[in-house]
Amino acid sequence: MGHLIPSSIAPYVLPVVYAVVIVAVLPLLAGYIVLLERKVMADMQARLGPMRVGPHGLLQPIADALKLLIKEDIIPANADKLMFWLAPLVSVTMALLAYAALPIGPSFQIADLNVGLLFILGISSLGIYGIVLGGWASNSHYSLLGALRSAAQLVSYETAAGLGLVSALLLAGSLSMKEIVQAQYDQGTWFIFSVPVGFFIYMVGSIAETNRAPFDLPEAESELVAGYMTEYSGFRWSLYFLAEYANMIIVAGIATTLFLGGWLRPFARWHDHFPGTSLEFFDVIPSLVFLAAAAYCFYLAPKQPVQIQKAVMAAFGGACLLLAGAMAAALLASPEVMAGVHGAFWFMAKVVAYLYAFLWFRFTFPRYRFDQLMRLGWRFLIPLALVNVISIGIAIVLKQSLGWIPFWAMLVMNIVTLGVAAWLATEGDKPEAALQTADTES
Amino acid sequence: MTNGHTTEVTTTVLGADEIILNMGPQHPSTHGVLRVKLKLDGERVVDSECIIGYLHRGVEKIAEHRSYQQFAPYVDRMDYVAAVSNGLGYCEAVEKLLGTEAPPRAKVVRTILTELQRIASHLLWLGTHALDIGALTPVFYCFREREEILKVFEKYCGARLTTHAFRIGGLQYETYDGFEEDVKRFCHDFEHRVDEYETLLTENRIWVGRTKGVGVISAEDCIALGVTGPVLRASGLKWDLRKAMPYAAYDQYEFEIPTRPTGDTYDRYIVRMEEMRQSRRICLQAVENIPSGPILGKVGKVLKPPPGEVYHSIEAPKGELGYYIVSDGTTQPYRVRVRPPSFINLQAFRKMAQGALVADVVAIIGTIDIVLGEVDR
Repeated sequence: MGHLIPSSIAPYVLPVVYAVVIVAVLPLLAGYIVLLERKVMADMQARLGPMRVGPHGLLQPIADALKLLIKEDIIPANADKLMFWLAPLVSVTMALLAYAALPIGPSFQIADLNVGLLFILGISSLGIYGIVLGGWASNSHYSLLGALRSAAQLVSYETAAGLGLVSALLLAGSLSMKEIVQAQYDQGTWFIFSVPVGFFIYMVGSIAETNRAPFDLPEAESELVAGYMTEYSGFRWSLYFLAEYANMIIVAGIATTLFLGGWLRPFARWHDHFPGTSLEFFDVIPSLVFLAAAAYCFYLAPKQPVQIQKAVMAAFGGACLLLAGAMAAALLASPEVMAGVHGAFWFMAKVVAYLYAFLWFRFTFPRYRFDQLMRLGWRFLIPLALVNVISIGIAIVLKQSLGWIPFWAMLVMNIVTLGVAAWLATEGDKPEAALQTADTES
Repeated sequence: MTNGHTTEVTTTVLGADEIILNMGPQHPSTHGVLRVKLKLDGERVVDSECIIGYLHRGVEKIAEHRSYQQFAPYVDRMDYVAAVSNGLGYCEAVEKLLGTEAPPRAKVVRTILTELQRIASHLLWLGTHALDIGALTPVFYCFREREEILKVFEKYCGARLTTHAFRIGGLQYETYDGFEEDVKRFCHDFEHRVDEYETLLTENRIWVGRTKGVGVISAEDCIALGVTGPVLRASGLKWDLRKAMPYAAYDQYEFEIPTRPTGDTYDRYIVRMEEMRQSRRICLQAVENIPSGPILGKVGKVLKPPPGEVYHSIEAPKGELGYYIVSDGTTQPYRVRVRPPSFINLQAFRKMAQGALVADVVAIIGTIDIVLGEVDR
């Protein structure tokens, strides 16, 4: 490629290609996450979920996207037209922009910023402008209430989630996404095991930030119809939708990078710690996963009722087979290719696992009320996050100055943090009555 | 509460930070076409007003132009999620007017079906109530069990929702082969299923937080407003017409009347869960020993009750369901007045919603357990 492209623009070619890939693939990915959500929901609720469009509903996302694209475009008569038009764009732009610094595997990253994490957090927080503007511009009570709730919620939980991340950053010592993963490789453990409380706080905070159940108050269907999206329809609505799911992938990506070892394979350093034994068969797992998926598709294909559905199912099986082949080929190719392709696989697998937890919560828990949400954020999560940061700091001091073994330092300080958490949880319930009277008096 | 489109409460002057929010008649969680006007200070409810009548069909007026038997299917369309209970109340009221009673076998079968209907109605309440509070999953489990009950209805009389299961004077249909086994099987499975719902909700921190202390109403207020049913019992008053004025075959069975002290949404939830268990108990006792004999008493083809009036009420799933029937000696009632529990319980809404948050409003609508078909008639 080098001799075809002038050297002055050569460094920008790959990032641009990656960016195009992200923008092209993400809507499709979001669509399939929706399908996954509906299937998981159906599974948990003793039903089948989408089964009609394509075999087992596999083409449902495409049908949904087409429907949204050709729907009538409605702007309410009393809406602020410019803002109404602009708001979903702000949301979706910010959500997509955050992908610039998110490494999907060691080689697939648009820009390796040295403040990558800060960039992602900052940019994705700007998405709230889209929600607030949209809620305000719609000129509807439901939208306005939804937007106000969203703003308050984001401010509260961003703090907690950020402090949860800080505990991992203390261990990593860098804001660059790549170096954070490298630090986990060097220390030989994913940070979820070093700072479980930090992971928990970030998880709760990230659910709240992305407005997912049980913190989906801004779009609480049974209360506010659809919250800030009430007046939106068709393509504009789908932009909000895309932004929401893109944000979900972003927070899952952050959690994966900071706590779940990023693109690292499970037991990546097994052979360093236990020389002689080997867990290299983990490298075959990506191929096996896709192979199993392909086999399942081929097994289901003849059972489909209609010829075309048989063909589509077989095509999905073929695609899985291709991916399995690609994984196997990467294994045989150079170490860099192998690291890039398999890294991307492990990264995505962890992201999906994290998202699955999101869905699981959504279908299990009722929704918080607004005042309870605020109380949980300010009176439980933020104090706990502060304590956690301090105790992790102490653990690092114990390790570096007093020469404690990292495992024991972490264990002791995490037990301390958990004790504080238990105290906060019981104490948080107590002064509720006092708080309520103060609230009604004012 | 006002009928139609008058807007008395909310035309009062608004405070600086107050807004009017119109919930319904098209809203995901008003359970039909209830319209609630809320005066909000931020998210806190300052005042509220229920506006009803969007589903008014003039059921009571229709009764004056139908024979006694012809009107029976209409009552199923009031509380359409508890049609069997409606039918029982109406049939027994007309029987009282005629001075007859259903034969013992008919009474027991009526009791079984009515208790199954109570379970079905409570299941629908539980599912939608949980859905309003944001728990997406229980509704599907509840419908799964409700489906089993509806299958029994379907096998018995051919209809699932508006069943018209009973006739004045007894039953039209003999029970089908395997009726007892079906009811027993349902009762057997259902025991574990109720526990299953409770594991999802009863001790769930969020559920408790959303329901405890929400929509509190005292027993005195309940009596003053005429509120009956689980709402009254959750406020601590042990009042159940099945025990207080037994009808059908309820005097033959052992069951408890669950009560709770505080009268909040959580207590109403617990009371209804326990009521489902008690209904199951009644079904099991009844199905063990269905007396043989005729199923339809001698009432004749043309009903001409003597002139006079009668009030008969039963404990429907939602509260006291009463029929006040005036006869002028012809084949058609002179007047039928229905005392629908949903309509009267809904009066408690304003009291419960005072000072609540918007999120509580949907919990309160859910916990009163209204069916708009019955409220508007």
